[in-house]
Amino acid sequence: MAKAFLGSPVLRVGLDEALRGDTDPATLSGHADHPPRMGFFTDTSVCIGCKACEVACKEWNAIPEDGLTLTGMSYDNSVGLGADTWRHVAFIEQRKPLAGQVAGVHHEPTGQLVGSGTPPEQATVTPTTPAGDGGEPGDLRWLMSSDVCKHCTHAACLDVCPTGSLVRTEFGTVIVQEDVCNGCGYCIPACPYGVIDQREGDGRAWKCTLCYDRLSVGAEPACAKACPTDSIQFGVLDELRERADRRVRQLHEEGLPDARLYGHDPDDGVGGDGAFFLLLDAPEVYGLPPDPVVSTRDLPDMWKHVGLAALSLAGMVVGALFGRRS
Amino acid sequence: MGLRTFIESWPVYRQLTGDDPLGRGSASYSRTTKTLVPRTVTAEKVVKSICPYCAVGCGQNVYVQDGQVTQVEGDPDSPVSRGRLCPKGAATKQLVTGSGRQTRVLYRRPHGTDWEELDLDTAMDVIADRVLESRRAGWQDEVDGARTNRTLGFAHLGGATLDNEENYLIKKLFTAMGAVQIENQARI
Amino acid sequence: MPGLGTSFGRGGATTYQQDLQNSDCIVIEGSNMAECHPVGFQWVMEAKARGATVIHVDPRYTRTSALADIHVPLRAGTDIAFLGGIINHVLQNEAYFREYLVTYTNAPDVLREDYQDTEDLDGVFSGLDREGRSYTPSSWQYEGAQVQAASGQRDQQYSERLSRHSRGETTGSGGPVGGEPKPQRDETLQHPRCVFQVLTRHYARYTPEMVEQVCGIPRDLFLRVCQELEENSGRDRTSEFVYAVGWTQHTVGVQYIRAAAVLQLLLGNVGRPGGGIMALRGHASIQGSTDIPTLFNLLPGYLPMPYAHADEDLDAFVEGERADKGYWTEMRAYTVSLLKAWYGPAATPENDFCFGHLPRLTGSHSNYETIHAQLDGVCKGYFLMGENPVVGNANATLQRLGMANLDWLVVRDFSLVESATWWKESPEIESGELRTEDIGTEVFFLPAAAHTEKDGSFTNTQRMLQWHHQAVEPPGDARSDLWFLFHLGRIVREKLAGSLNPRDRAVLDLTWDYPTKGALAEPEAEAVLAEINGFDGEGRPLASYEQLEDDGSTACGCWIYCGVYADGVNQADRRKPAEEQDWIANEWGWAWPANRRILYNRASADPDGKPWSERKALVWWDDESASWTGHDIPDFDRHVSPWHRPPEDATGAEALSGVDPFVMQSDGKGWLFVPAGLTDGPLPTHYEPQDSPFDNLLYGQQRNPVRQLMPPREHNRYHPSGSAPGADVFPFALTTYRLTEHHTAGGMSRWVPYLSELQPEMFCEVSPELARLRGLEHMGWATVVTARGAIEARVLVTDRMTPMTVQGRTLHQVGLPYHWGGNGLVRGDAANELTHQSLDPNVHIMETKALSCDIRPGRRPRGAARNELVREYRVRAGITEKTGTEI
Repeated sequence: MAKAFLGSPVLRVGLDEALRGDTDPATLSGHADHPPRMGFFTDTSVCIGCKACEVACKEWNAIPEDGLTLTGMSYDNSVGLGADTWRHVAFIEQRKPLAGQVAGVHHEPTGQLVGSGTPPEQATVTPTTPAGDGGEPGDLRWLMSSDVCKHCTHAACLDVCPTGSLVRTEFGTVIVQEDVCNGCGYCIPACPYGVIDQREGDGRAWKCTLCYDRLSVGAEPACAKACPTDSIQFGVLDELRERADRRVRQLHEEGLPDARLYGHDPDDGVGGDGAFFLLLDAPEVYGLPPDPVVSTRDLPDMWKHVGLAALSLAGMVVGALFGRRS
Repeated sequence: MGLRTFIESWPVYRQLTGDDPLGRGSASYSRTTKTLVPRTVTAEKVVKSICPYCAVGCGQNVYVQDGQVTQVEGDPDSPVSRGRLCPKGAATKQLVTGSGRQTRVLYRRPHGTDWEELDLDTAMDVIADRVLESRRAGWQDEVDGARTNRTLGFAHLGGATLDNEENYLIKKLFTAMGAVQIENQARI
Repeated sequence: MPGLGTSFGRGGATTYQQDLQNSDCIVIEGSNMAECHPVGFQWVMEAKARGATVIHVDPRYTRTSALADIHVPLRAGTDIAFLGGIINHVLQNEAYFREYLVTYTNAPDVLREDYQDTEDLDGVFSGLDREGRSYTPSSWQYEGAQVQAASGQRDQQYSERLSRHSRGETTGSGGPVGGEPKPQRDETLQHPRCVFQVLTRHYARYTPEMVEQVCGIPRDLFLRVCQELEENSGRDRTSEFVYAVGWTQHTVGVQYIRAAAVLQLLLGNVGRPGGGIMALRGHASIQGSTDIPTLFNLLPGYLPMPYAHADEDLDAFVEGERADKGYWTEMRAYTVSLLKAWYGPAATPENDFCFGHLPRLTGSHSNYETIHAQLDGVCKGYFLMGENPVVGNANATLQRLGMANLDWLVVRDFSLVESATWWKESPEIESGELRTEDIGTEVFFLPAAAHTEKDGSFTNTQRMLQWHHQAVEPPGDARSDLWFLFHLGRIVREKLAGSLNPRDRAVLDLTWDYPTKGALAEPEAEAVLAEINGFDGEGRPLASYEQLEDDGSTACGCWIYCGVYADGVNQADRRKPAEEQDWIANEWGWAWPANRRILYNRASADPDGKPWSERKALVWWDDESASWTGHDIPDFDRHVSPWHRPPEDATGAEALSGVDPFVMQSDGKGWLFVPAGLTDGPLPTHYEPQDSPFDNLLYGQQRNPVRQLMPPREHNRYHPSGSAPGADVFPFALTTYRLTEHHTAGGMSRWVPYLSELQPEMFCEVSPELARLRGLEHMGWATVVTARGAIEARVLVTDRMTPMTVQGRTLHQVGLPYHWGGNGLVRGDAANELTHQSLDPNVHIMETKALSCDIRPGRRPRGAARNELVREYRVRAGITEKTGTEI
């Protein structure tokens, strides 16, 4: 009872302000003397698909096992981010060359290739992308990418959370507070990336916390620490963005014109991500939305009404309690 | 919890009185969030170790609380691994603390259809008898006129995740007992 | 690892993982490093970031290939043809490092006149005894000299001695050189019988066209690899090879590694930063388990186990084994010190230091012979410690049938692995071939302690010992193997106390008084380490193997580990943070020999002791201090100048000159040609695998003529190969492998949910073309069949498997990970139900990386019908007990 009661009367107002321009989310969330905004830069060009991030995350956060099913989606048997998978490594087999790489394979041209979204039971081969395009006989690359909660600058999950379970930390990250969440599930459809999810048999919402507890003592998140090739880099977001810019320029020079940053732009639909990526192909190829927009952009008016109602109610309660005391 | 504390812990109160008028951050912190301390910090000891899986030899730090392993992660000091681990190394805590481990001696009698329990001391004593009997039965003083001083009555096959000290005692004891069929994964 | 041992002198990786970052070109072949050694792979990525070219040669496009610059698909089992092709290219184009080659290798040494090469004998060497299926290697010697084998593998000479059943052979093929002239060296490399010329002729037929036909590697791609290696070798640049069991698990596996050694010596890449050969081993202490061997043919420190000979005593044993030049001359000191460590005060000069206590060999007693000894009712008891052979070893059926014929079996493991439960559930129980009630084997399952529950050291893949500390007590009945061995020994000794039977003397004489600690009476691992390190007469720890004496005044359990407990300090537990050290980091752990990290590093300097180039400087001669110095600890006598030339009559280490970097070799040189020490030839030669879809295009000789075959058994039939009738019943090449997410036979991963969910089921990988050919559906089921068994697996149809053109026809390969079995959280048929037992003759390793198979859609038949299917295939292929056993 206490949880629901304590959790419920949070007022999420003023989203319009928060949604404009480059912002300092931690300050806007009441963290006056906060540390610099921290985040992830996942450089997928050096990912070896080992999934150490998935396991290190699970060990640290005591996340349940997420099903023992072979999917047929290349070496990806975790399928996607969810309540029980906070890091997810995608595997994409493509009939496309990786600049400068000699793949050494030779396949007959075929029109049977299927896209990465094809259900494996309908696929004649490991789903490859792009679909339909037979590619050259010797073309092959195997892209791997570790996905994670984006810790959006404008986080819709946080906007819609009625209990205050979802909060912005002093590091600018977004976390779910498991002792507050009442399992209402509003946050789930709100996430433009489909990250946050309800746990079966528990009902509460779960996602990456960017290891908030570890950050609080100056340690790095478990996934970044484990990553054998430093594909997952953790640090001050501004520094990561500079590093990422250099890296993407380097890859362009090395003949990878498709290399691009994703979630790195503060002017994108979510105000930029706290966890952004260097991809070697279009976001859709990795199962990422090409142009994510914070789903609460049109919500504030509605929420203002709800919020004001709650505020007046809460004010009355507080006033009554304190008035009596003084 | 006193009333004032109760009220002050109420997010909306903090929201109205603190730096977080929007209730998006500090005002909404729960007690757990505010008091969160990672178990790597509260551990009573950190033990230096080495990953037991492959032969890269990654350094591990093993965190212990109340006689239990609470976390295993890479040792950043290691010049080989620099604090990193692969998925197997990262799963070490589950390997050593998980329910997949069998922790009791089991015994299957000849022609038996199921396991039975057996206490460890008895098992050790019976095994010693069995080894001595097989050693005797398979003993060869000589073969084709050349002294062999050995037994073919029992054999050993070891994994290669054993410690050097363990391998040393295997070789020392079984060789002294005359066994020559002593092998390990290194060939396999 | 005799491939390395005979070439360079020590059977271990010549370098260490961090040094990969210094390489200009890394060839990963026979290894899937990114998947199987992901954390070590960070050093490959470092090199790549610095501009190195990364080449992955593998039948499959793997996660390693995905990060490589060049993936070279090759037909499984043809690596020697590929490497031989590169050797030929280097020789034909004079791309070798001439000064290095002339000074540091045996290229100039002149061979005997009666040596005949595979060129002369259509694929075999002189000295082949066709009846005995073995070589007499005397004709492989240098002119006028006989040399001793290198460390790491010396047992073959005993096999030869044995096979010839003569008594005058204690100085046999690998006998000492004492008193004989030094080999004639022609440093112009022109003498027709010098190693260089023999090598050139041997590889002349390994042309790019031949590589294309044999390996299925297009000519352009092959030439690109040659170019990368040649351009990235020399004074200023170095290339490195990385291998793992993709090279060792073949009937000619040792020669795979030898081929890389020949190439690296030609290119001058050994003993230098970013060069050498990195052997990647799959288990935490697999290097340690050959250094301190639980292997039938070795004693600690690669001392050979004695063979049975009439009247052989310690002197004769040592005389028959030691070399007169190099560090092996101190073999008597190593042996006596070992006997003192084991038998303590009982070992005296008068009783030959209890040398007679050691059991004697009469042939191979490898695990595969042991299985057959079980089937024959000779071996009646079996200890399995952390090993799951019915999943991890070749021919699972024979493994189970062997165990079903035992009196007793002890399994020590974390979980109930398949090797502990086969009497309840197994394919043979399912088929009715075995009935639980009929199986008389008594089985003891003893739970094992984890590494967090005990102290001890692992020796990693770069010969480095690292100590792990106990963190908690083991749960329940779980105990360390140290505990098990110590207490088993204690109980056995109690039961034998007072025995007058001579055979019990060795047990009762053992030093077995290790201190114990705690409620569980756990032996002190550090006390065992101290014994391994060794001590003098006063019990003071030794600091180096150079202190070992042959008079019984020192004891040492493993001479190559002497120094790991120097000054009474556990050197394996040194943990000075990497950031506080240079890139060598030699204050972390302790590496044998003598904490050197890059072996043979004298070769990093030119003959005058100067680094070949500044960029590749490692150790060099310092005139001022008149000693060797540098970044690493010199793997050379510090005070022997580059210009030192020993007197003719010098012996031992004193016989090595200032330009002999390979200090463990009897002549101090890297061996392109191995005159002694290998059973199957002095030069790597391509032979087809035991089961192959193809004829050997290079020679009339199809397979390694001296490969080790097991006695015929119905469950271990071989396939017809190439153009032989019936070979087309098994038209595809099959290779087995590991995945990142699991560990070997699964005992440490299939019971771990976080790993199991990542790779939850047995699968096979095939190309879209093979899928079409055989009607296989992605995610459907396939049955893979060999003459040994039939298994089912889910199908992954993937572009990563490529068809290739070999000898004018399309070859498809089938990939099978081998982690699964019938127990655990995730299950599947074991790939080793399909493999056969035929072994490399040097090291007795089975061939599981290249065989032939058929694949068909659908699940396998159940019960007895499964055996019926396999039988039907055998009949259709005309397989008899003779098939594939031709020499």
